[in-house]
Amino acid sequence: MSSTEVIGWFADIGLQDRPHVGGKGGSLGELQRAGIAVPPGFVVKTGAFERFIQALERKAPVRSVVESLKDVDLSVATTCCAQVRARVEAEELPPDVLDEIALAHAALCGGGAGAQTPVAVRSSATTEDAADASFAGLQDTYLWVTSLSQTLQKVRSCWASLYSVESVTYRRKRGLPEEGVAMAVVVQKMVDARTAGVMFTRSPLTGDRSVVTIEGSWGLGSAVVGGEVTPDRWVLGKITGDISVRDISEKLIQHVPLPTGGTEDVAVADDLRRAPCMSDAELQGLRAIARKVERHYGHPQDIEWAVERQTNEILLLQSRPETVWSSKEAAPVARPAADPLSHVMSIFGGKR
Amino acid sequence: MTQPARPRGFPLPSSLQVVPGTERAQAAYPYTVQFGPGDDDRFWFYNSMHFPEPMSAFDMVTAEAAYCALGASNTRVHSLPTTLGIDHRIINGRVYIGGNAVTDPAEIARRTEEFQKRAFYYYANWERLYEQWREKMMKLIQDAQALPKPELPEFEPLANVHAGRGVASNHYLLDTYQKTLEGYFRMWHHHFEFLLLGYGAYLTFFAFCKKAFPEITDQTIARMVAGMEAEIFRPDDELRRLARRAVELGVDAKFQQQVPADDIIKTLQQSGEPGRAWLEELETSRHPWFNINVGDGFYHYHRAWNDDLSMPFACLPEYIKRVKSGESLERPIERLRAERQELIEGYRDLLNTDEERAAYDQMISLAHRVFPYVEGHKFYCEHWYTNLFFNKIREFGSLLAAHGFFEKAEDAFHLTHYELELAIVDLMTSWSNGSPPRGPAQWPNIVAERRAALALWSKHETPPALGPVPDVIDDPAIVMLWGITRENLDAWLSADSGADSNEIKGFAASSGVVEGPARIVKSVEEISRLKQGDILVCQITNPTWAPIFQTIVAAVSDIGGSMSHAAIVAREYGLPAVVGTGNATSRIKDGQRIRVDGGRGIVTILQ
Repeated sequence: MSSTEVIGWFADIGLQDRPHVGGKGGSLGELQRAGIAVPPGFVVKTGAFERFIQALERKAPVRSVVESLKDVDLSVATTCCAQVRARVEAEELPPDVLDEIALAHAALCGGGAGAQTPVAVRSSATTEDAADASFAGLQDTYLWVTSLSQTLQKVRSCWASLYSVESVTYRRKRGLPEEGVAMAVVVQKMVDARTAGVMFTRSPLTGDRSVVTIEGSWGLGSAVVGGEVTPDRWVLGKITGDISVRDISEKLIQHVPLPTGGTEDVAVADDLRRAPCMSDAELQGLRAIARKVERHYGHPQDIEWAVERQTNEILLLQSRPETVWSSKEAAPVARPAADPLSHVMSIFGGKR
Repeated sequence: MTQPARPRGFPLPSSLQVVPGTERAQAAYPYTVQFGPGDDDRFWFYNSMHFPEPMSAFDMVTAEAAYCALGASNTRVHSLPTTLGIDHRIINGRVYIGGNAVTDPAEIARRTEEFQKRAFYYYANWERLYEQWREKMMKLIQDAQALPKPELPEFEPLANVHAGRGVASNHYLLDTYQKTLEGYFRMWHHHFEFLLLGYGAYLTFFAFCKKAFPEITDQTIARMVAGMEAEIFRPDDELRRLARRAVELGVDAKFQQQVPADDIIKTLQQSGEPGRAWLEELETSRHPWFNINVGDGFYHYHRAWNDDLSMPFACLPEYIKRVKSGESLERPIERLRAERQELIEGYRDLLNTDEERAAYDQMISLAHRVFPYVEGHKFYCEHWYTNLFFNKIREFGSLLAAHGFFEKAEDAFHLTHYELELAIVDLMTSWSNGSPPRGPAQWPNIVAERRAALALWSKHETPPALGPVPDVIDDPAIVMLWGITRENLDAWLSADSGADSNEIKGFAASSGVVEGPARIVKSVEEISRLKQGDILVCQITNPTWAPIFQTIVAAVSDIGGSMSHAAIVAREYGLPAVVGTGNATSRIKDGQRIRVDGGRGIVTILQ
């Protein structure tokens, strides 16, 4: 299926499409282009949101109402946002948008009335400012969504999250116009993860770019990202592959999919609690992926990954630029010297 | 910075007791190395890296000659800006050393100016000077080989008389002895001619990497710099070659564990052409590559492979087994070289700017230029030359023993080199005037007393350091050669508090995690106790132990840094290794199950 103004398949999109597919969607497309395995999927582009909002506006104003919430009492804003969100969640999709999403969903999941391949529905914000990281945290990800109607509902929920009181307050404080505010939504096949986690292509402790730091735990990655378990942690030499740190923790719970949709917390079996959730070979696989992704972007990355339960295939769910260390301006470690020998004075010359 | 509540420090030298009953043996060491007034004000540490066992009276020459030459190089030849030489003291057979730092900024500036005229010239002309060094070193070795065997005929040989030599044989005893010592002291000057400069250039690159990549392991930096064809790998390479030849010649069945080397050689001599052909191959390997001793060149009893073939022969059956199972024993030089290049380029790419990359290139290129010396000198100095030296002393021991001075030749090593000269003069005199020598009444009791003292000292624990802890350790020689930093002194001071922990920390020398039974090997003689699957736990590992790395699954040592040859060999064999633990041989009991995590530098006692 080809991409349109409403739907963007991962294969057709990249980072440059962020205004229409959001950061998460653009990054998934970019990863696929770079030859990295990601769960297949598509993006419901901002064009779909725009048409939806237009339809909503025709019934009653949305954006002007939200824009008027500057300097109002928090309880007023809360009430108003709740009303807008309820409208977004309840509104039917315009027929042409609905058709396109349904077609794409059928292409991804097989369609029909029977059991369908579960998907994850994830909001993909288009904002680019420095607070993006925390802003993104306010948006939503829905796991193990098992039908088209549920998928459509979750797409609306993602859109509605734009009108959470936190998001709205954030925009009002910065005076961001509502006109450009839009949200893309990623719909991708759900990975039933045996193990999942995050990795940084540098050290979060020292900023060292020569290591890859990996954290993971049993089950879906939401337990790690949400801080509900203390994950296993490894530090690998990015170039050497040497594993210099192995912290295997006690992993008490894991997130697993519910057959009826959604996920639940279950206890980890006794014999797995203290067992490493990744083999050395898998860690090396992650390292290879980390290097490939970083090389593709030319910048250290913050990556979410999962290992498929049946196939043990490693898939990336997200990659975004690492921001904490990258924003620090470091003095050069050393400068070339006119006389290369003068470098030895750093050892012989005294400290100092 | 908060100040510690009380000044922390190690026991004062004056508080150390000579082990009761060994006072006379202690007094044998010259006054120059006895602790004395003023020594309490300085910081000293036990040089267990080079001197892990108590020194016999003669063997202390290895410290004397080495520090004489090290100090000359630092203080007078290259004028290192912040340090002079190293003082040494001996108590209970243990060698303590203390650096002599320069702290006055004006003096540092004056020495820096000199340093740049001297050391920089060496760096700039490294290859030429190193080539010249090899020639000097080979000449020195040939001179030592040419020294005559000390002998005293009953009558002066007629030929000498008719030739009108005019100098009798007894004079040549003293002449040869003095030349032997002279050559040994000279060898140490050659040893230090380049060494500190070489380490310094390496450490410059090392410090850069640590700053650019704070979590890089020492071993990774070492791998970026280490060469592939250093002389120190050759003895082991030759063993592999001999194993291959044994299989090719069809004489491999003659090599069995537990069969003495001499018996195997006899069997081969009697087994016709193939056996003799193999023995010829052995001869080509032995000269010069078996001139390697099983220690580090500081003890007379660390014999060379050439003098005691049991070590190399003990390794042959295992190598032969591997050849027969189709394994290639060749070190994959090309692959190792390619891996090194990948590392260098990989880390280079990670740097932030072209400016940093240019500095990196400058530093690593200097490190690569100097490193062949750092890796290569040991074979010539601590091994080949040192073997010749000790063997010549052994010849004097034989002669003296034959004249009743000692029970056996080895007893000579219980005399200091000053005393040994006296004994030789005694023998010369008695030979000349026809009276019996005085030595037979003098030395046997002293030798027995000193042998007993050494046995007591080896059981006696000695503190790792003495005296007040300096605020900073800014002596490049101390940091480079011994890895002594303020941080690890603090760790030593708090070592007692961690005594009940089952974890022992050291330097991560070669990564990998492995579990197995610990085999505590305190001296070379115990190597044969190692069985397949054991973890070697020793005071100091040595490059000549390389062949046993095929038997063990991991190595742990009390002493050594990530650039120690043991660490390099462990990486070559892909075995986990933790070095420089300080006290693994005393904390771990023989046979205990332990886990070695070579990537983190941690040894865990499991039971």
